[in-house]
Amino acid sequence: MASDKPHQEGPHQEGPDRGLSGLPGGKPKYSAFALARQAMQYHQGWQRAWRDAQPQDEYDVVIIGGGGHGLATAYYLAAVHGVSRVAVVEKGWLGGGNTGRNTTIIRSNYLWDESAAIYEHALKLWEGMSQDLNFNVMFSQRGVLTIAHSEHELREMSRRVHAIRMNGIDSEILGPDEIKKFVPIINTDQTIRYPVMGGFLQKRGGTARHDAVAWGYARAADDLGVDIIQNCEVTGLRRNGRRIVGIETNRGFIKTRKVGCVVAGHSSVVAAMADIRLPVASRPLQALVSEPIKPILDTVIMSNAVHMYISQSDKGEMVLGAGVDKYNSYAQRGSFPVPEHMISAAVELFPVLSRLRMLRHWGGIVDTCPDASPIISKTDVEGLYFNCGWGTGGFKATPGSGHVFADLIANDRPNSIAAPYALDRFQTGLLIDEHGAAGVAH
Amino acid sequence: MLLITCPYCGPRDESEFSCGGEAHIARPLAENSLTDAEFADYLFLRDNPKGLFLERWRHAAGCRRWFNMARDTVTHEIVEIYPMGSGPASKAGKAAHAASWRRDTAAEAAAKPAPRKPRAKKDKAS
Repeated sequence: MASDKPHQEGPHQEGPDRGLSGLPGGKPKYSAFALARQAMQYHQGWQRAWRDAQPQDEYDVVIIGGGGHGLATAYYLAAVHGVSRVAVVEKGWLGGGNTGRNTTIIRSNYLWDESAAIYEHALKLWEGMSQDLNFNVMFSQRGVLTIAHSEHELREMSRRVHAIRMNGIDSEILGPDEIKKFVPIINTDQTIRYPVMGGFLQKRGGTARHDAVAWGYARAADDLGVDIIQNCEVTGLRRNGRRIVGIETNRGFIKTRKVGCVVAGHSSVVAAMADIRLPVASRPLQALVSEPIKPILDTVIMSNAVHMYISQSDKGEMVLGAGVDKYNSYAQRGSFPVPEHMISAAVELFPVLSRLRMLRHWGGIVDTCPDASPIISKTDVEGLYFNCGWGTGGFKATPGSGHVFADLIANDRPNSIAAPYALDRFQTGLLIDEHGAAGVAH
Repeated sequence: MLLITCPYCGPRDESEFSCGGEAHIARPLAENSLTDAEFADYLFLRDNPKGLFLERWRHAAGCRRWFNMARDTVTHEIVEIYPMGSGPASKAGKAAHAASWRRDTAAEAAAKPAPRKPRAKKDKAS
């Protein structure tokens, strides 16, 4: 009988379960003993977490972009594939772009199999990341609850939940009463403009400390000999025919035969240096935090219909994210109507927030793709690889993205998780339309 | 926050407008002759410059009419607003139009009607 057979494993289950145990983390090892020892020495003996590396003449692989994805790629190149000479070049400071600007939400509840494969791969890596890197990334599986505000949205949600569960990923539907019980501060009054009619919850979803992710990868990568070169802006990609031979930077030429480009909002700019065109549009994405308050929300709430998502940081700030701005921009600031719209929705759903003051508000530039799915691909230029198009939702994929991108660069061919994300899908038409799952929450 | 001067209604708040993305993308007329890669230039690939960008806007909560705008994506400065069906008039706008990779694509070449062939003279004898 068919039921006797083992459950057909999806591609996401080829990946590791709960991190990649046995990977080298950074040294010296952080532990309770190290803390006690340092306490005796008035904490004078802590070493810097990574070197301030200067560019060398030549590397095996150069990663452009020192954000989470770029650092993760460099780390897995060194740790998994044994590539010894790797450099990460970053025009600003480490993790200073979208890695430090996102709202830190992690989940893997996407509709299509291809998405389930990569986001669930990432989620499993998140589950073991603090151990893998010997660095506390404060990964907190507090659950991600997506709310529906109409019958139709609820029906569409039900379809998505079934698709997610078919891929072996946890997801469950909640009614308004269950939501009220799960999130006591939410307004479930059915007379408001966008009433809470139901929702679905991924309990394994949650948040992580975004800066710590960059720092943890940087520290562990540095320990394996990866050079992290900050304040180093790429000004050109030098080619010999259709082969990459190096990168021009404001700190001189660096020779290399493999370049991995992970620059989010500036992907089109770097691609143009090699006469490559990408289907991405750079848009501002905005978020804000309130003044810190006592704990009132122990999960993540998202609403696609009203373009709002909210969580509470460990510091007590309410972290709110908005939808993407409607026009292209590289300005790292958005327009006012977008957060205004998001705040009005937040206050209706959570009246308790109405008298909170906002502390900070910022924008980052995200590279949105026509099908709301990323591009992890080789290019026409031999030795030049792109990992971009994560749009509004790249943070959650950081470890999975870095892991499969490192594999692509090391072997010069995509593995089964990365293969569907090749650039040629915009010629074949094999798109991975995730607008429903990726449209808002990040 | 942009203050956009609708060519029909005057200066209005950004929230009244919707943005239609890159301007001057002509649909290829003879698309069957294009390869998939060439057609993708028209269908999916969009110019994404850091600097002056020619784009379409619509006064969605006003007169609902479309127009073109030349706007800087770094400073958000609106250099020029000009009507649909025409090209930019400013020097910077013209330069941006000419510099776009789209001008060299097969999709754009296929969007123009083929040059009219001189009509063959009819044979009077037939």
